[in-house]
Amino acid sequence: MTFTHPFMANSVPAIKKEMLDAIGAPSIEALFEQIPADHRMTRELALPPALRSEAELRRHLLAILRKNEDCETNLSFLGGGCWQHHVPAICDEIAGRSEFLTPVWGTPSSDHGRNQAWFEFTSQLGELLDMEIVGLPVYSWGCAAGHAIRMASRLTGRHEVIVPRIIDPERLSVIRNYCEPQQMPSHIAVVEIGFDAGTGLLDLAELESRLSSRTAAVYIETPNYLGVIEAHAGEIAALAHRAGAEFIVGVDPISLGVLAPPAGFGADIVVGTTQPLGVHMNCGGGTGGFIASCDEERYAREYPSLLVSIAETVQPGEHAFGLSLLHQSSYGSRENGKDWTGNSVYLWAISNAVYMSLMGPEGFREVGELIVQQAHYAAKVLAEVPGIDLVFPGGFFKEFVVRFDASGKTVRDVNRALRERGIFGGHDLSAAFPTLGQSALYAVTEVHSRSDIDRLAASLAEILSR
Amino acid sequence: MSDMAKLRRYHAAVWDEPVVMEMGRRGRRGIMFPAAEPAVAAAVGCAETLLPEGMRRTTPPALPEMSEPDVLRHYLHLSQQTLGMMGISLFGTCTMKYNARLNEALAARPELAEIHPLQDEETLQGVLEIIHRFDLALRELSGMDQFVFQAAGGADAAYTHVCVTRAWLASRGELGKRDEIVTSLQAHPCNPATAATAGFKVITLPLEENGYPSLEALKAAVSDRTAALMINNPDDMGIYNPHIKEWVRVVHEAGGLCFYDHANFNGVMSRLRARELGFDACMYMLHKTFGAPKGGGGPAVGAYGCSAELAPFLPKPVVTFDGKNYHLDNDRDDSIGKVREFLGNIPVVLKAYAWVRSLGAEGIREAADLSVLANNYMDHELLKLRGVSRSHPNIDAWRMEMTRFSLGKLFEDTGVSAMDVQNRMVDYGIDAFWLSHEPWIVPQPFTPEAGEMWSKEDLDTWIAVLGAVIEEAYADPDKVRSAPHNQAVHQIKGAPLEDPAHWAMTWRAHVRKRAQSKAD
Repeated sequence: MTFTHPFMANSVPAIKKEMLDAIGAPSIEALFEQIPADHRMTRELALPPALRSEAELRRHLLAILRKNEDCETNLSFLGGGCWQHHVPAICDEIAGRSEFLTPVWGTPSSDHGRNQAWFEFTSQLGELLDMEIVGLPVYSWGCAAGHAIRMASRLTGRHEVIVPRIIDPERLSVIRNYCEPQQMPSHIAVVEIGFDAGTGLLDLAELESRLSSRTAAVYIETPNYLGVIEAHAGEIAALAHRAGAEFIVGVDPISLGVLAPPAGFGADIVVGTTQPLGVHMNCGGGTGGFIASCDEERYAREYPSLLVSIAETVQPGEHAFGLSLLHQSSYGSRENGKDWTGNSVYLWAISNAVYMSLMGPEGFREVGELIVQQAHYAAKVLAEVPGIDLVFPGGFFKEFVVRFDASGKTVRDVNRALRERGIFGGHDLSAAFPTLGQSALYAVTEVHSRSDIDRLAASLAEILSR
Repeated sequence: MSDMAKLRRYHAAVWDEPVVMEMGRRGRRGIMFPAAEPAVAAAVGCAETLLPEGMRRTTPPALPEMSEPDVLRHYLHLSQQTLGMMGISLFGTCTMKYNARLNEALAARPELAEIHPLQDEETLQGVLEIIHRFDLALRELSGMDQFVFQAAGGADAAYTHVCVTRAWLASRGELGKRDEIVTSLQAHPCNPATAATAGFKVITLPLEENGYPSLEALKAAVSDRTAALMINNPDDMGIYNPHIKEWVRVVHEAGGLCFYDHANFNGVMSRLRARELGFDACMYMLHKTFGAPKGGGGPAVGAYGCSAELAPFLPKPVVTFDGKNYHLDNDRDDSIGKVREFLGNIPVVLKAYAWVRSLGAEGIREAADLSVLANNYMDHELLKLRGVSRSHPNIDAWRMEMTRFSLGKLFEDTGVSAMDVQNRMVDYGIDAFWLSHEPWIVPQPFTPEAGEMWSKEDLDTWIAVLGAVIEEAYADPDKVRSAPHNQAVHQIKGAPLEDPAHWAMTWRAHVRKRAQSKAD
């Protein structure tokens, strides 16, 4: 019986015979002689039948994908760590180039263009952040925060981190895994600090009372998980530094055309997400994280991630881009390296680089201003709907919390009714933040128009009036 | 035969493309956004007044200002200055495959690209169905009871395993007591590295003359402190440890878990199943074995599967199916929680599922057959070349899907290293080969992996190019040592990359250090 497949050039029987003859093997089966008989599967694999024709396969996959409902057909206000931002068409064009899409690794010369694109990712993000070291991306914001906290622990020799209670529960779970359970010798204790119920800002008195000579790092986010810009960031930095702790700040980089870069208010290490910079949500598969700091050697030598540096070539006047400090990674030093690294989201770093090149300083300013104004407009018109209260009245960037307690309805009920109207309401916070009651986190970006926001408000008014 | 292959002329694109930070002119725009509508602006005022004082940006970021077509052309030039598998890439340990473009087209559709991970599960039925169907396929391939796709790479799956191991130990009151993880010198570095990051001590078993550690060494290493074994099989030398079932028994008897790092699954798929060998958990890389693209290092997925005993500890949520609808099960008290936010790189899962459906059982068997056949063909031809040997020459069995070769003899004879040869082969349009993970167990290693995609003609070309470079090394070693000569740029100087006065991970650091060194 013959088997040929479009993906396999040598599946032609005559070619297999040619190769077997060349090496003097009696059969392909004979080549597996190393696997003992009692290790082998005793039956054939039972998998669904092959769909070898592209047409059949496409029909099958498309039928499944069409069972999804997406944020293009529906009007979505979901955020909370993954956001629907505009993705410029040429981000997709470049990320889809075969030279970037399919390979794994070359030499600095044969991968020159790819390495340069990576360097342009770190360089442009470095301008947004006002920082001189930016590593190649890690898996996610939470993973970046986890690594940064471990870096701070090694830098200070201390084993406690202070984090805000207003944090994505998923991200906090990621961080807790990086900080290890208390039975482990290198455990880092996670201390949560509450917030001012009226403003959503970090409780400075509580922070001060919990800072000590055990504190390796203070980690905050701005805007925080519930959208609020941490207006006291400079004071928090001073408190952290007075205690000898590192100050780690998580940011959403799309805010940095209008918001101050954390280096300006005292951040030592900055982390955040890369998804807003030209990457589709991909059901969360657009997620990526970054780690950045000043270019002091003691920081550089704690990075777990890959670092790409510009350097001269042997040809005068010519530059190339190579990996720096690879020896301290797990590739170079196995268990003695800094945490670990591996495949990450490097293709998205290229999308991010393209995005930042398109944006320039004016693009970031424009998008930031539009988002801030539209988010505040949305908050204002929603707050006018009977039954809705704003939990934190101002000082936010693109997300804000609305409470439905006065309406007597649950977020779940409200969102179900919105969905019937083709709207994905804000993320339900009632389980993760019970003190906020029946609250939801609404995200508004540049993809929304005023009429989208008005439609949301009208739909909510109708739903809550019943 | 390899010496018949005609070598093509090749030269990389040279654009002398500036770094983007040096491009553009003040005032140019690559993208624009509308101003807020008048009604919006009237209702809330200007943006500045909405932001807390002291938290506003005062100096614009020094980003390039470029037109849209100039940005497009810049990055197209960069793509052209990347060999990027346009040649022949036999990058060992990474299982280079064809990445079907159908899958790219489908993944780019709004039905996947424009999905938010926090949507109600009723609106995610297509995503959850793909996850569930692919979970079932991997269960069949491995014999495991449940897979999750949250880990964003193979190393992240190894990390998932050490987190699961901690939770399993905690459930038995043994966390803190069982604090050692055993691995081998040839296991991928991510195994010892993730174990250490999770707080475990690492015991690394050396290789013995058969190419794997001895059973005696394992027995001496395990104890009531053993938490887990983390191991590859076969390893990157194409050698299969025939005692692996006994290894699993020994570790289980000592009270530890066994994790199968299935990085080298391509040669054994359809012939053995991790669970039947006794393993408690295993990992597959969907961006390698399962035909999803590598993206130069992700987005990737380390599919982590385990036995029913370990399933309660898996990261959450887990996708379930009630016969009619798919659900996200978050109600799992023993779960380790999250190793990364959200559900995983779902587009990669779609592409891997598409690969399995395209091949079916018969195709998966064929792919394993062809990859092992191709490696042994390579092995046979490469050993004819002057200065080439392979690890463990004492083992004359056919190798699995990869062989670790050495250019030690060539280096002794000519001073030309494996890295020099790699730099010269790219001059012929051959993508870089893989040398070896640390530590090197043979001098001047290289590790090609032929896989099932590349034609016999491609393999012959690859072999012929290596042959030609070796001839050059003997005739004119400086020509090889100074390579590449036909690439986008010349050889990079390595020393500045390790020098704090010169390394520059961003343009702004480069500009500062360049000015400093001029001033000095």
